[in-house]
Amino acid sequence: MPHVVISGTAARRFTGGASEFDVEADTVHRMIRELDRRFPGLGQQIDEGMAVAIDGEIYQDAYMEKLSPDSEVYLIPKIGGG
Amino acid sequence: MASSYDTLKVVGTRPIRPDGVDKVIGRAAFGADMVMPGMLWGKVKRSPHAHARIKSINADKALKLPGVKAVVTAADFPSIPSEEAFVGEGPMNFRDLSRNCMAQDKALYDGHAVAAVAATSSAIAEEALDLIEVEYEVLPHVIDVEAAMADDAPLLHDDLFTQGVEPKPTRPSNIAKKIGFNKGDIAAGFKEAEVVIERRYTTQPVHQGYIEPHACVVSVATDGQCTIFSSSQGQFMVRAYCAKLLGTDIANIRAIPSEIGGGFGGKTLVYLEPLALALSKKAGRPVKMVMNREEVFRGTGPTSGGVIEVKLGAKRDGHIVAAQLVLKYQAGAFPGSPVGPGCMCGFAMYDLPNVSITGYDVVSNRPKVAAYRAPGAPISSFGVESCLDELARELRIDPLKLRELNAAKDGTKTAHGPTFVNVGYVQTLEAAKNHPHMQQKLGPNQGRGIASGFWFNIGGESSAGCFINEDGTATIVEGCPDIGGSRAGMAMMAAEVLGIPYDRVRPVVGDTASVGFNFLTGGSRVTFATGMAVTQAAEKVVVELKRRAAMIWDISPDAVEWKDGMAVPAGANAGNFDPLSLADIALKAGRTGGPISAEVSINAQGAGPGFATHICDVEVDPETGRVKILRYTAVQDVGRAIHPAYVEGQIQGGVAQGIGWALNEEYIYDRNGRLDNPGFLDYRIPVASDMPMLETVMVEVPNPRHPFGAKGVGEVPIVPPMAAVANAIADAVGTRMRDLPMSPPKLRAALDEQNPPRMAAE
Amino acid sequence: MSKHHVTTTINGEPMEYLCEAQQTMLDVLRDELGLTGSKEGCSSGDCGACTIIVDGNITCSCLMLGVEAEGRKIETIEGIAQGDRLHPVQQKFLEHAALQCGFCTPGFIVAAKALLDTTLNPTEEEARYWLAGNLCRCTGYDKIIRAVLDAAAVMRAEAGR
Repeated sequence: MPHVVISGTAARRFTGGASEFDVEADTVHRMIRELDRRFPGLGQQIDEGMAVAIDGEIYQDAYMEKLSPDSEVYLIPKIGGG
Repeated sequence: MASSYDTLKVVGTRPIRPDGVDKVIGRAAFGADMVMPGMLWGKVKRSPHAHARIKSINADKALKLPGVKAVVTAADFPSIPSEEAFVGEGPMNFRDLSRNCMAQDKALYDGHAVAAVAATSSAIAEEALDLIEVEYEVLPHVIDVEAAMADDAPLLHDDLFTQGVEPKPTRPSNIAKKIGFNKGDIAAGFKEAEVVIERRYTTQPVHQGYIEPHACVVSVATDGQCTIFSSSQGQFMVRAYCAKLLGTDIANIRAIPSEIGGGFGGKTLVYLEPLALALSKKAGRPVKMVMNREEVFRGTGPTSGGVIEVKLGAKRDGHIVAAQLVLKYQAGAFPGSPVGPGCMCGFAMYDLPNVSITGYDVVSNRPKVAAYRAPGAPISSFGVESCLDELARELRIDPLKLRELNAAKDGTKTAHGPTFVNVGYVQTLEAAKNHPHMQQKLGPNQGRGIASGFWFNIGGESSAGCFINEDGTATIVEGCPDIGGSRAGMAMMAAEVLGIPYDRVRPVVGDTASVGFNFLTGGSRVTFATGMAVTQAAEKVVVELKRRAAMIWDISPDAVEWKDGMAVPAGANAGNFDPLSLADIALKAGRTGGPISAEVSINAQGAGPGFATHICDVEVDPETGRVKILRYTAVQDVGRAIHPAYVEGQIQGGVAQGIGWALNEEYIYDRNGRLDNPGFLDYRIPVASDMPMLETVMVEVPNPRHPFGAKGVGEVPIVPPMAAVANAIADAVGTRMRDLPMSPPKLRAALDEQNPPRMAAE
Repeated sequence: MSKHHVTTTINGEPMEYLCEAQQTMLDVLRDELGLTGSKEGCSSGDCGACTIIVDGNITCSCLMLGVEAEGRKIETIEGIAQGDRLHPVQQKFLEHAALQCGFCTPGFIVAAKALLDTTLNPTEEEARYWLAGNLCRCTGYDKIIRAVLDAAAVMRAEAGR
């Protein structure tokens, strides 16, 4: 199942410090819902403050993006720009 | 359709931009160029204090001045709870944004707006400002980032507690946030290292320096419907922020984008528009507001200054085995410095086994920072790329070779997590190495520096419409203000898909009522993301055109091909018909089902990161400490250049801003926390005589996620220049400048320290 | 405040206007005469976005009072093209992509036109120093300088014919 890593320390307050999880999910949205179920509040934090890197490619606000069973997912701070 | 780049007819050429003529004859309407009938002029009263409690504001005298129609203060704006939302360029707390537009309770920096007035003329409004009486209780202030972090520092916000530290702090602090990224085992890495160097660098806040000051003209009708004509990087951003700050529905606001006279990130938030709306509402007349340059410097966002502490551990062969970075970024008066991307970009170019990165977001009594081109990355990269140069000298390895040895490639796992795909960094190093610039001989007091840079680039939400006109021309409507020629790119991509000449396609940047939502112009996203929306809209139109041709020929749509702007039968079996041009089909549109158009709204993903390597030659005048840029070459992975001249322009512009950042630009505060240099005379941005020609090398590693291979190009060019210049100065005179700007007095002092003046020899 | 009556020539046309004593020429052009091509970037003579030509000399219109136009010949960006025929500097700015946001462009074009009124053989260095009073934040000046030098070449060729 997809392996999810919260990169950086910003969101670890929701997880009691844990940063790596295996999450049974086939889309970004289902992954976020599952993480929020385990760590209430984390879902909103991901929604509003984080980008999702799936196998190296960065997605922002992409609920419907697919995850495969061997996906490597990183949650990183959202990117803006000038 | 775009799979073979070789067959492209329009993309990759250099046509004249569609808005060009209006701009060279002075007809283009920028923010301050519009008037509304019966309009008033609005002006802002600003705090003269760096930090002060506002005890009272009395506008009675001002309101008695003939011609004055309204005065507003924070009391005229709804109270907004502290809530963070990611709607603009970075997390935005609307309470902070509201308080930044108009101080509430406390003025937090010199230039902070405390009141605004509307009058029948600009002169009367100006006069009225002096009649608004504000009683302040001046508080101790703090300007410097490390001073602001100290335990006994004056506190800006008594409800600000440092996020990201355990246990949760019980005392408020100016440190808004601590973040960190770690990879491997940093202690073991340094243990393994044969050479360790540790250095500290600093940068000063620098302003985006757009030549057009902020400007708007607005009207609020008695039924609450608002029109905003303003210069910004996003009319949808203006609409959303104003709705929030004024407490009205988004549907009540129509935001019309003016031409924008530069932004570079600085126009990704609002300053004047909410004040103008409040004044207009109160006065019952349209209101125009235009900042002067002093207000732009004192009241709008620069980017952060910061402290960058770098520690690198390497093997003698040049392989870096441990890398540590500590960043302290000034956020200005409210939290929200770009320290996050600063952390992620600092080491992103390199494949490093053991990494520790820590960042601090720190408030102080300065204007709230705004985004500036690759926000955060130039600051951390100045430290890292300078330190790499110092390491290369220590190891006696060529600095470019050192970068090659440690370069990130496809498959490299970054310190912030994701594994890179589709990166062109090594290609930029290779192109730099082989560039004739590297062979040019240097004279006395001349030196060469190289530095690299990384920026993420983003996609995001874009909408566009493609409308076929009755004569077979096309109109493209999109919603991202065009700062650097993006309309030309939109027309080119649409023309390419439709198979018609570029000048048969006219692009328009629509207002918020004319096109679906577009995220703002920023993050190097427009050509990528909005270009994708435009391309898809044109592709949908082509599908429809084929369907209409099939109807006319009475064959199956599958039997029609679109080729060079014409419908042709797909092979002999489809039948024998003369081609139907776009114009032929457009003429019959009414009879074949109605007007032909398509609108597309997407959230574009897969922007693809930007990498750059720059080569800079300088000559140092040892008498004055002045640095002259002799030659500059910027190599960049651009994906695929849609309009190469505007890609070059983005690169050259970023380089010039970086050179200003490196050599001249800084905010100077006096001991009372007042800005001493709020003008272009004393805040000196590069002028034509400071610059050489700027050579650009576009490495094209196409982005598979974009229909024409485009990657964002606007931001990464500002990342390498500061270190490139510093490295060149070190190469020229052996003096390592670690504090920006490397202005003549500072460099002269450093030279004197290195070689004490020989007085006796005179 | 009583207004002053000014008689002047702007872009070849005789012009009369009323202005207040403290109004700058830039204010008069933009707010009284509707000539908004001249831009205000600093109002201190540092950025050159408001550049006009007064009796043949380039001038920051933000540093000149409206009343000072009395009896002078003023050229603004609106008068640089002849009808629908662009000045070579304007044409070359377009061809070289020498503008990005376009806000500084009118000032640059007026200043460059004035340069080419004095010489058709500027060196790169002369062009750079002549235009050092005009700030551009978008382009790094590379394409602007190329456009001006190319316009000079075109005008030399035209003059030679």
